[in-house]
Amino acid sequence: MQWTINGQVREAEVDFRTSLLDLLREQFQLSGTKKGCNQGACGACTVLVDGERINACLALAVQYQGREITTVEGLAEHGKLHPVQAAFVEHDGFQCGYCTPGQLCSAVGMIGELERDLPSAVTADLAAGQIEWQRDELRERMSGNLCRCGAYNGIADAIAAVLAEELGEEIAR
Amino acid sequence: MSALDTGRSGDTQPAGVALAGDYWRPEGRPDPLGEKGRSGIGAPLSRVDGADKVTGGARFAGEFRFDGMLYAALVCSTIANGRIVGIDTRDAESLDGVALVMTHQNAPRLNTPPVFLRAPNGAAGDDHPIMQTDRVHWNGQPVALVLAETQEQADAAAESIRVDYAAEPAMTDFAIAKTQARQPDNVLGGPAEIRVGDADSALAAAAYRVDATYTTPRHNHNAIEPHALTLAWVNEAEGEGETLRIHDASQCVDLAVASLAEVFGIDISRIHITSPFVGGGFGGKTLWQHQILAAAAAKLAGRPVRLALSREGVYRLVGGRACTEQRVALGADDRGRLQALIHSGVAAMTRHNNLPEPFFQATKCLYAADHIRLSIDVADMHMLANTFMRAPGESVGTFALESALDELADQLGMDPLELRARNEPERDPTSGLAFSSRQLLEAARAGAERFGWSERSATPAGRHDGEWQIGMGCATATYPYMRMPGAAASITLTPDGATVGIAAHEMGMGTATVQTQVAAARLGLPVEKIAFRYGDSRLAGSVLAGGSQQTAAIGGAVIAAQRALVAELLSLVDEHSPLSGLSPDEIECRDEGIGAIGDGSRFESYRQILASAGRSELSAEANAAESQELGNWSMHSFGTIFCEAGVSAVTGEVRVRRLLGSFDCGRILNAKTAASQFRGGMIMGLGMALMEETLFDARSGRVMNPSLADYHVPVQMDVPEIEVMWTDIPDPHTPMGSHGVGEIGITGVGAAVANAVYNACGKRVRDLPITLDRLL
Repeated sequence: MQWTINGQVREAEVDFRTSLLDLLREQFQLSGTKKGCNQGACGACTVLVDGERINACLALAVQYQGREITTVEGLAEHGKLHPVQAAFVEHDGFQCGYCTPGQLCSAVGMIGELERDLPSAVTADLAAGQIEWQRDELRERMSGNLCRCGAYNGIADAIAAVLAEELGEEIAR
Repeated sequence: MSALDTGRSGDTQPAGVALAGDYWRPEGRPDPLGEKGRSGIGAPLSRVDGADKVTGGARFAGEFRFDGMLYAALVCSTIANGRIVGIDTRDAESLDGVALVMTHQNAPRLNTPPVFLRAPNGAAGDDHPIMQTDRVHWNGQPVALVLAETQEQADAAAESIRVDYAAEPAMTDFAIAKTQARQPDNVLGGPAEIRVGDADSALAAAAYRVDATYTTPRHNHNAIEPHALTLAWVNEAEGEGETLRIHDASQCVDLAVASLAEVFGIDISRIHITSPFVGGGFGGKTLWQHQILAAAAAKLAGRPVRLALSREGVYRLVGGRACTEQRVALGADDRGRLQALIHSGVAAMTRHNNLPEPFFQATKCLYAADHIRLSIDVADMHMLANTFMRAPGESVGTFALESALDELADQLGMDPLELRARNEPERDPTSGLAFSSRQLLEAARAGAERFGWSERSATPAGRHDGEWQIGMGCATATYPYMRMPGAAASITLTPDGATVGIAAHEMGMGTATVQTQVAAARLGLPVEKIAFRYGDSRLAGSVLAGGSQQTAAIGGAVIAAQRALVAELLSLVDEHSPLSGLSPDEIECRDEGIGAIGDGSRFESYRQILASAGRSELSAEANAAESQELGNWSMHSFGTIFCEAGVSAVTGEVRVRRLLGSFDCGRILNAKTAASQFRGGMIMGLGMALMEETLFDARSGRVMNPSLADYHVPVQMDVPEIEVMWTDIPDPHTPMGSHGVGEIGITGVGAAVANAVYNACGKRVRDLPITLDRLL
C-alpha cells in the first residue's frame, strides 16, 4: 500500500482497521500528529488531505492511498517555519504543545477555506459570496481544535497576524 | 534567523548579580534577581522549545520506541464493588498477534504503592493492590491487560474478554454518602477543622447574614495528551541486573521512581524515568495503575511495552476533582465588617486516598473576620480515588466564598469590591502570621480601573443589549506560595556556557524558558549560553510540578548550586588572580564571569578561570535551603477577577463577553509565558463556571461522559480576549521575588462569572456549572 505524505511516497502493509492517525504515528513514526481522543472530538490529529483539514483519527488509512497528505512535519519548507508556525511561537499560541500540530494544520486548512470564501456558522450573509476576514470567523472555524492549556487568545492572535500580513491590513475584531 | 533565534534575541547582558542568600529569614536579604530593572527578568522571551513544538519535533512519552515493542490494551470493570468470579480470556489469547493476557490470576506479585500525601515517597493515587486479587474497588478498575504486536490487535483482543462479577453493595450516591460523612485525619497535612472565636454565636448575633449552600461537581483534568508511556526492562551494564526504563508523561519523575521501586521491590537506582515533554498535567499526571500494569506486563512478556490510555481510559484510571457541597455563612455589621465567617461542607473521597478536596484553603487567609469556623468532612464512596486538579480547594472553594461575599454586598447595598476592601486583614486571620507580601487591594484597584468596573449597574438586570442581559461580577483569586523540600540542582560550566540540571518538569508552564532566563541572569551569561535540562529522574533533586511551586523550588536549588559553583571557582584561582582572597559573599556574577562586587578591576571570566586551572568543565551540585520562609510568614498570591457576562433572556445561555485578571504574584519572570499561564487558568475557571461536569451515575458508580464530546471544555469561540495584568511587586522572601502563577488563574473565576450572571439577570446560581437550564 502507498501513501503520499509530505510530498514523499511511503509504503507499508497495514491492518484494514488502522486509522490514518496510527499509520502516521506508528508505521511512519511521524508522531507530530497527535492522538488526543481518537474519536473526532478534540482536533489534535488534524492533517491536511489535498489541502483540506480532516481528523486523521476518523480516517481509515486504506482510504487515503493516492491522496496528498500533509502533516505538521511537512509545513515548514527548506528549514524555514511556515508563517503560521512562526506566528504561533511569537504569539505564544501553545503551552504544552500537544494540541499544537492539530491547531497548525487546522489553521492552514482554515485559511484556505477563507480564501475560497466558504461560509461558517457565524457568517452573517451566506449569499454574499465573499467572506469578511474577521476575528470571529477564524475563532469559530478553529473551535474544533481543543486546547486544554487555554492558549486560545494566542492562537487567534497568531492566525490573525498571518491573515493581516496576507490582507495588508489588521483583522477586524 | 529562525523563530527560536528571534525569541532569544534582546538584551541578555544583565548587570552584576550578587549571590542570593538568606531570603527565607526575617532579617534576610532579598534575592537580588527580584529587584526592578534586572535585565532579562520579566522579558517576554518566546519559548525555548517553541520550534520543537510547532514542527512536531517535540517527542512525547507515547512516541518513543523500543525494538520488539508490544502494544497494550486494558479491560476495565463494570461494577463498583465486588469480586471477579470468572475471566474468559481464551478468545483473546487465540487472536493473531496477541502475546499476553494478564489478569489477577497471572500478574507478577506487586507491592501496594505508597500513596501521595500519605507516604513521603508516595506518588500513587490510591493504595489498592494492583491486579493482585479478585476484588473490584471502583467501576472502571483495570481487570485485564492485553499485549499484542499492534494496537489494533490488542484492542480487538481486549474487546473479546468476558468477565463475570459477583457485585456487592456499593456506595455510589453522594446524596446518601454525605449523610454518613466523617471528619478526615487531616487536610493537606493540617487540621480538618479550624476555629477562631465562636463563629456560630457571632453569626446568630450579626445584623446582616448570608447563609447558603453551594455545590460543585466532579471535574476531570482532560489534558489533551492522554496518559501514555513506553517502557522496557533493559540491561544497562553487565552484571547489574535489569533497569526499568520508562518514557512517561509525568509531573513527578522522582516520586514515581520511588513509588515504583517499592512496588517492584527494587532499588531506586534500577528505575529511570524521563519525561521531556508532557502534554498537559493539571495534577493528573502522577502515578496511576497504568504505569505499574505496563511495567508488570513487560516483565511477564519479556518485551518492551507501549501503553497509551484511550480518552475513556483516562476517566476510568486517573482520578479527577471530587464533588463538593459547601456551606458559607457570613455575618456582618452595617458597615460590612465580617463578624462571623463559616465555611464548611462535604467532599466525596474514598477510604484509599488522602485528599479531602480542601475547599476552605482560600478562606483561611482572605478576610479579617472576628470569628471563623472552617471544616471539611468527607463522604466515603466506591469510586476511583479523587485527586489534585488545578488549584485543588481554592478553585471550587472560592466559588462558594466569593459568591457569598457578593450576596452579602447585595444585601448591604454595597459595591462588592468595597466590601472586600473593608475586610482586608492586617495579618493572616487564622495563622496570625504576617503576610510576606500582599498587594491585593492594589491589584483590585488597578484591575477595576482597567476593566471599567464603575460602569457596573448597582442593581441586577440593569443593562440590556437586544436579547442579552449584561452584568458584571468580580471575585478574589488566591493561591498559596509553596517551596517543597527535596529540590537540588547541578550547574556545569564549560568554556561555552552553563548547563543547569534538575529533575523538574515542563508541561507547558514555560519552565524551560523561564529557568533559562533566570539562570542566565544569575550567572551573568546570555540566554543562548544556558542549557536547562529537566524531566529526567537521574538529574539532581526531586521537584514536584504541582502546587505552583516549581519556579520557587528550582529557584532555591539554583541559588544553592550557584553558591557552590562560585566557591569551586574561587578555590581554582591562584594568588595572582584578581579574585584571590575573595569569599562568595563578596562576589557577583557578571559579563560571563565573576568579579568583586562594585570593583570592575577584580574580574575573571569563567573561560579564563577554567583555562588557567586546566579544566574543560566544572560542576557543582547543592540542595536548596530549607523553606523556612513558610514558617515565618503567611505566603500567598492574590488577584481579582472581573467578568462581564451576557445572559440570553430567550434561551438562558450565558456568554462571557469580557474577562480580566489582575494579579499579585510577586515578580513576573516572563511576561509572555506568565500571561499564558494566567489566561489558561482563567479559561479552565470559565469551563468550571459554565460547562464542566463529570457525570457520575449514582446507581452504578460509573462515569457517564468519559469523552471530550460529552465532557465539555471551553473551545476557541467560548473564550473572549482575556486581559491579564500584574503588580510585579517582588516578595522579598522568595527566590527571584516571585510566586508561582500556574493555579491562581482558575481561582475566583467561578464566582466572578456567577456574580456577573446575578448582576445580569438577578438570578443567583449556587450550583456549578451554570448551564442554561438553571437560568430559564
